[in-house]
Amino acid sequence: MKYLKYILVGFVFGIVLTKAEAVSWYRIYEMFQFQSFHMYGIIMTAIAVGVIGIQIIKRKQLKDIDGNLLIIQDKEKGNARYWIGGILFGLGWAMVGACPGPIFIMLGAGFMSVGLILLGAVLGTFLYGVVKDKLPH
Amino acid sequence: MEFITHTWHWSVAGFLIATIMLLLNYFGKVFGMSSNLRSLCSMTGVGSKVPFFDWDWKSQRWNLAVVLGAMFGGYVAVHFLCDASNVDLNPKTIEQLTAMGIDAPNGKLLPDTLFGNQIFESPKMIIILLVGGLLIGFGSRYAGGCTSGHAIAGMSNLQLPSLKAVIGFFIGGLIMAHIILPLLF
Repeated sequence: MKYLKYILVGFVFGIVLTKAEAVSWYRIYEMFQFQSFHMYGIIMTAIAVGVIGIQIIKRKQLKDIDGNLLIIQDKEKGNARYWIGGILFGLGWAMVGACPGPIFIMLGAGFMSVGLILLGAVLGTFLYGVVKDKLPH
Repeated sequence: MEFITHTWHWSVAGFLIATIMLLLNYFGKVFGMSSNLRSLCSMTGVGSKVPFFDWDWKSQRWNLAVVLGAMFGGYVAVHFLCDASNVDLNPKTIEQLTAMGIDAPNGKLLPDTLFGNQIFESPKMIIILLVGGLLIGFGSRYAGGCTSGHAIAGMSNLQLPSLKAVIGFFIGGLIMAHIILPLLF
């Protein structure tokens, strides 16, 4: 049952994203039209609370559940991968109004058509794995 | 029950999302949904041919458990915790959507035009959803993360690479929403 706590965390995550409508194609469209503060509010609040939390973790040298020092790794340095990968991701995000979390959440909610997005996303991930070494990072 | 069935305030949602990320940190894990797509690829055994998928994905099973929970959460939220007041968009947005031939929400999370079951008879819609997914999968792996991994977890840890990725997300999103979507609908 070591996975139970992860299922519970995911369960809350699924409910929060659905109830805040971050899973909604409409909300993503509205955000990119700058016609609502809602999505920006969600993202900015999450970052603000996250920054405070991580600063506390680092400054107080908190331990994780197993008693090890909690270390959050830095992202790898780079340019091309973040800019190009980011733009490609953004194109897809606005096109189908879903990012990876919401894809799974909406599929769970019973929207069969979202299965096509998941299929595309798995294929896209596979394609990246195939051409990875030929790309600038 | 109204405070549950109505749209949750952005501050409540933002706070809870950050709490989830920090809780995963406390479990010694990193918040990030798109890595699961890589795990799904690896589960098919394709790692014997493509080295990128030959990794210890079993160590990431906890993340698949998060996804499983999220799917349950989505089911419960949509079927038991929603009402007709949801997705109360800016009226200007609805006007624009109507002009594009996309139905207004009226409490629905997703437009029927793109997500109703009739889309399985429309090659155009099938291609739109597949291509959108393809961009999401390719882009998030190339950038090493998606909205959760970069916009929330990376930015919370003040990572410059994540800022680059997030600016990229918005450049791509704005191009799609303002230039490409109007051509498609």
